[in-house]
Amino acid sequence: MSHATIRLPDHQIELLSAGYRREMAQKRRATLIGIAILMLAVLLSGFVAEVRPGVLFENIGKFTSYFGRIFYLDNGQLVFTDVGEWFWGFWKWGKQLVDTLLIAYLGTLFGAIFAFLICFSAAVNLTPRAGIRFAARRYLEFCRTVPEIVFALIFVVAFGLGPVPGVLAIMIHTIGALGKLFAEVVENIDMKPVEGIVASGGTRWQSIRYGVLPQVLPNFASYALLRFEINVRGASVMGFVGAGGIGQDLIEAIRKFYYSDVSAILLMIIATVMIIDIGTERLRHRLITMEQGR
Amino acid sequence: MIPSRDLFPDRHAISARHPAIMAGSRRNQMIGWAVVALLVALTILALTRLEFSFARLGSGLVQLGTFLGLMIPPSPGTQLATFSKALAETVAIAFLGTLLAAILSFPIGFLAARNVMTNRIVQFMTRRFSDSIRGVDTLIWALIWINVVGLGPFAGVLAIMTSDIGSFSKLYSEAIESVDRKPSEGVISTGGSSLHAVRFGIIPAVLPVLISQTLYYFESNTRSATIIGIVGAGGIGLHLAEMIRTFEWDRVAFIILMVLVTVAVIDFVSSRLRLALVGKRTTPV
Repeated sequence: MSHATIRLPDHQIELLSAGYRREMAQKRRATLIGIAILMLAVLLSGFVAEVRPGVLFENIGKFTSYFGRIFYLDNGQLVFTDVGEWFWGFWKWGKQLVDTLLIAYLGTLFGAIFAFLICFSAAVNLTPRAGIRFAARRYLEFCRTVPEIVFALIFVVAFGLGPVPGVLAIMIHTIGALGKLFAEVVENIDMKPVEGIVASGGTRWQSIRYGVLPQVLPNFASYALLRFEINVRGASVMGFVGAGGIGQDLIEAIRKFYYSDVSAILLMIIATVMIIDIGTERLRHRLITMEQGR
Repeated sequence: MIPSRDLFPDRHAISARHPAIMAGSRRNQMIGWAVVALLVALTILALTRLEFSFARLGSGLVQLGTFLGLMIPPSPGTQLATFSKALAETVAIAFLGTLLAAILSFPIGFLAARNVMTNRIVQFMTRRFSDSIRGVDTLIWALIWINVVGLGPFAGVLAIMTSDIGSFSKLYSEAIESVDRKPSEGVISTGGSSLHAVRFGIIPAVLPVLISQTLYYFESNTRSATIIGIVGAGGIGLHLAEMIRTFEWDRVAFIILMVLVTVAVIDFVSSRLRLALVGKRTTPV
């Protein structure tokens, strides 16, 4: 085989392989420097965050035994032996879960509506004026960056305990998250329909309604559904700060060591989230195929 | 609807000429209206069940206005050093949590990928495992880890790590599944083992995607890390919750500003890093 290939003269091979080695050495050096910086950052942040692996290994048994304990009833029996006793609060928690879903729903819906109204101002192809665009983008960034629990804490003081502050907190966070995604979708559209409508004398509203909306609506709906799924998780902990939903019962069960209640509530939350997950995924899939079939 | 008639004055004539096309659009319209009606009905149900009222919203907004007034000008009072230290803690929690989760999720992602893990049972179990982890919020994980390692930022690191393992496993396995099969087929056809196929056929293709997703999560984890202090797992959240409860609104505003600036800086750094490591790529959803 080897005689079939043409062999370069030795001095040329040497030249080339020296160049190759130089290149590789440079690359390796860059990788090593990267790793060194990473290790330094790990050590520094490990110090700041008071990481104590010793404590973790010493107490890792507590982590596993915690999961053991939450599957035992008060009488020392495994939870599966008496499901009626385990899920004694099924209807109470079920109602709280419905509330949680409704909080997530309202937060997502209102958030999506406001995000829809703002996103066109944040898209560079529809809003050439930099001032308006800058303001819209900074506003969305603010809504997105401040965590919803922080809004919930403030709103609980202003609006009182209950689901209302939870809905408002999720709504504001959703405006920020969806507004950014919506604006990105709008920026990726085909501009020809919009130009056609503007050229034939259409107003801004008409160009959005007939030029932009048909292109972006399936994507908007898909992102809103994804956000709904995320917001269900978010709403499940709103009760931690008194903003309604199942979180209230959950944190009480954790704090007061009602072990079997913890597992029952967690299982109910996980099951709900999974069902929503699967449902929205189906819907999103259909929306996306609809989009591609167009 | 009115503008459409202005744009197409002979719309009726057109629909008479092309009944098939117009009937199709009418069916879509019916579906559209049905969806809207459903959404409105659900909204009304939710508004009544969750006890929304204009009086409550109104008085709440007035209160909120007062708070906003008190927030200006933002000031740290005498606690600038405390806040800065807590903020550094927050960033450290997010960094370590993301890194540990990325390292641990890397093998899990392969186990959950259909094209690598041919054992359906293992693949299915891994998927459900990561789904269950994701079903539990970071705050709940923080509460559980506090039971194990005590109050403090270490519990926060572990909480961020745990909840991210769920997200990363899913994202990583999806990235691995969508990889081009030709390179690994080539490795197999030249006599490589399946481990070789993973190392030389899959990893080079997915690594940039994984790094980019991980960096994106670092930023979002910084936001999560700001709140786990509320349940006692370290970081700025503890001070933030305390300042809100004691109505120190100028300090609340100051802490929020600090968080905003920090997240903006991390966003900038991580997008530069992403650009340097993997080239230009759109952010994953």
